[in-house]
Amino acid sequence: MTEQESGWRLIGAGGTRPLVLILAVVALALLTHLGWLLYAGDLGTASLAGYLWEGTILGMSYGLAGVGLAMTYSILSFANFAHGDLVTSGALSGWIAAFFVAGTGDFSIRALVHLGGPYSLNTNTLGLSVTNTPLAIVVGLIVAAALTALLAVAIDRLVFRPMRDQSGISLLIASVGVALALRYLLVFALQAGPRGLTAGQQTPSMTVPIGAGSLTIGAHEITLVVVAGLLMLATHVVLRYTKLGTAMRAMADNEDLARVTGIPTERVVLTTWLLGGALTGAAGFLIALERGTLSMSLGWDLLLLIFAAVILGGIGSVYGAIVGGVVIGISSRLSLVWLPESLVVVAAFLVMITVLLVRPSGIMGGVRTA
Amino acid sequence: MSDGPDRPAGQSRRGAAADRLRAFVSVSDARLLLVFAVALYGLFTLVSVVLGYNFNGIVDTLRRITFLSAIYAVLVLALNVQWGYAGLFNIGVAGFMAIGVYTMGMLSSPTTNTFPGLGLPLPIGILGGVLAATVLGLLAALPALRLRGDYLAIVTLAMAEIVRRTYRSPVFQEFSLGSVQLGTGGSRGMNLPENPIRTLFYQNPTEVGSPPNALGNVLFDTAAAIGIQPSVVEGWVYALGLVIVVGGVYWLLQRVGHSPFGRVLKAIREDEVVARALGKDTRAFKIKAFALGCALMGLAGILWRLSGGYVSTTMFQPIYTFYVFVALIIGGAGSTTGSVIGGAVFASLLFEGPNFVRRIVTGYVDVGAAPNTLFDAVAALGSLDVTPLVAYSLSDVNVSALRLVLLGVVLIYLIQNRPEGLLGHRKEVASPIDLTDRDAREGDS
Repeated sequence: MTEQESGWRLIGAGGTRPLVLILAVVALALLTHLGWLLYAGDLGTASLAGYLWEGTILGMSYGLAGVGLAMTYSILSFANFAHGDLVTSGALSGWIAAFFVAGTGDFSIRALVHLGGPYSLNTNTLGLSVTNTPLAIVVGLIVAAALTALLAVAIDRLVFRPMRDQSGISLLIASVGVALALRYLLVFALQAGPRGLTAGQQTPSMTVPIGAGSLTIGAHEITLVVVAGLLMLATHVVLRYTKLGTAMRAMADNEDLARVTGIPTERVVLTTWLLGGALTGAAGFLIALERGTLSMSLGWDLLLLIFAAVILGGIGSVYGAIVGGVVIGISSRLSLVWLPESLVVVAAFLVMITVLLVRPSGIMGGVRTA
Repeated sequence: MSDGPDRPAGQSRRGAAADRLRAFVSVSDARLLLVFAVALYGLFTLVSVVLGYNFNGIVDTLRRITFLSAIYAVLVLALNVQWGYAGLFNIGVAGFMAIGVYTMGMLSSPTTNTFPGLGLPLPIGILGGVLAATVLGLLAALPALRLRGDYLAIVTLAMAEIVRRTYRSPVFQEFSLGSVQLGTGGSRGMNLPENPIRTLFYQNPTEVGSPPNALGNVLFDTAAAIGIQPSVVEGWVYALGLVIVVGGVYWLLQRVGHSPFGRVLKAIREDEVVARALGKDTRAFKIKAFALGCALMGLAGILWRLSGGYVSTTMFQPIYTFYVFVALIIGGAGSTTGSVIGGAVFASLLFEGPNFVRRIVTGYVDVGAAPNTLFDAVAALGSLDVTPLVAYSLSDVNVSALRLVLLGVVLIYLIQNRPEGLLGHRKEVASPIDLTDRDAREGDS
């Protein structure tokens, strides 16, 4: 997989090389074994395609959710543990909006606000899906992005801005506080417990025959992958070709120098939170769309995997977050060939720790784009 | 803590008392701890009386406060070695507790359990658990030496989650090594060895209805004479055992803190480059400090869960690590005495406090039935009726949620405004002799 690549890049890095070599050998052995399984027919091409497709979906969600994290990491130099709960907030706000668009008149306001929850609300009657109710989905996506952006800025004003001169660790601790307060305020307001969102049976899907089996691709999965791809592309354009992007990259590189050069750093920080928050909210909405359910711990449960994606790609690199997300997503699904489901996440975390040890700058290391 | 210098003249009597208290307390940390313990017990006795508990209930409340305070005190002391002394940012506390408890369980649980252990004597199990936590700590120290603080945070959190998810995995629910059957119980959790206190007081400690032995008879009869049930006596003996452990750990860490080893750790915290320039092998010191902290976390976990006789992976969610962190920050990182006080303040006031507030309010004010949702509660505000909102906030589930919100807010407040902890600047200095005057030091905070 990716380890061999880093093996070549790390020449000259001294003591880490033996470890890199071992990893490269392990990765190569796994790939060979995979090829052998395919050749011997123990692993059908259809199930392999299934792993790859599921991995891509997961990867795009981790990647999109990670872009916002990577942005704030590079500009403000701290690991934001409240990021996961921004994902949750985005998903909740977006889906409440979508419920209102699709269900006003048919259901009581209180049921719509709670996404069902303690009130009875039949999601099949509501009939939310990308093909049935495209308007509701689009409105939900926009609301999710907008509200999460505002929330991110509000949190920055309240918590992080007064602490600009403090160390990354202090900010990290504060962000843990934000994560706790935010998540349990949501629980207090809307009550815990998972909610069904979409009308499962009404969502169209297509079946592609592969080898002896077939692969089913749902409309919501495609929506997630396509919209996430477009949003990442848009982020790339903003970072690469606008003055704002240049300012952000300059600030990530050296904040003092950026300020001396006349870059209004506070305004860049504000824009970073807006942009990062919007992407995070959209990610939350899309992940919930693809899963069809939503719980209050959605973001927190994803947080470490998002961190894994961001670290794998090199902390602070937006492109790295995308690549890291896809690598984590695909390799975690692919590892089902060797591992039981319950240990897949364990393997993903082990990969993350190993990358941090062997190559803290990530597999895309050195390319700090934002 | 006390009134400022510009307090109104009418309060001078109270002010003088506060000054006397402050003078009493500032003589030694032992006095500070004593005054604090008396205040805490006084407060909770009062709360129990207000709640109308009988004598047994009051004693049981105090037992629970003692138990939790002692557990958190050990955990905070352990974390203080890593963060307060060596500056290593470990947010995997729950994972180190988990490996300690599970190793102990797998070594010492009876072979007849649904998820069997090896049935070894308990002391061996405890020792094994502490050792396992130490070994994992040594492994974790590997990244600790190479990584920046925030990377280390992520690595330790991931490590804790790896431990938790591995124990939770159905793969290890029941497995056999050679001919030996073992099991972690997966998501069902596993039973631990019998609470060691029962072996002190009962003839057949493993049986539920066993008659007490001679010692148990004497103690239970005496307690019954003043209206205390046997279960409360057992709990108190366990809690007192924990207090002794806290004392031992406190003493150990005071010694460590004032030894050359501790001074080097503090020097590393202040400036690692300088410490290295002075010829100290900072890597070795950091590894030792990290492993020592992890060993104590394993011990704390074991002592915590042994009392309930059962362990499951939900007891090691990352939130438990953050509890310990809040407690450490309350007490002030870098201070041994502060750690003990922080642990007790967290456990009794922040963690248990909201529930007592709920009980007192619902006991004295009739707020009526709680509405189903916040939506309904807020809708009632339209007709200027606050009670539904109060009732909703005070329901069992919502107090738990609000308690965690409070925790988050306290964490943010402390790190923004009082990063040195509630007691003010108490960080122990690196030099063997405190060159600053204690009063002057407290005055500038």
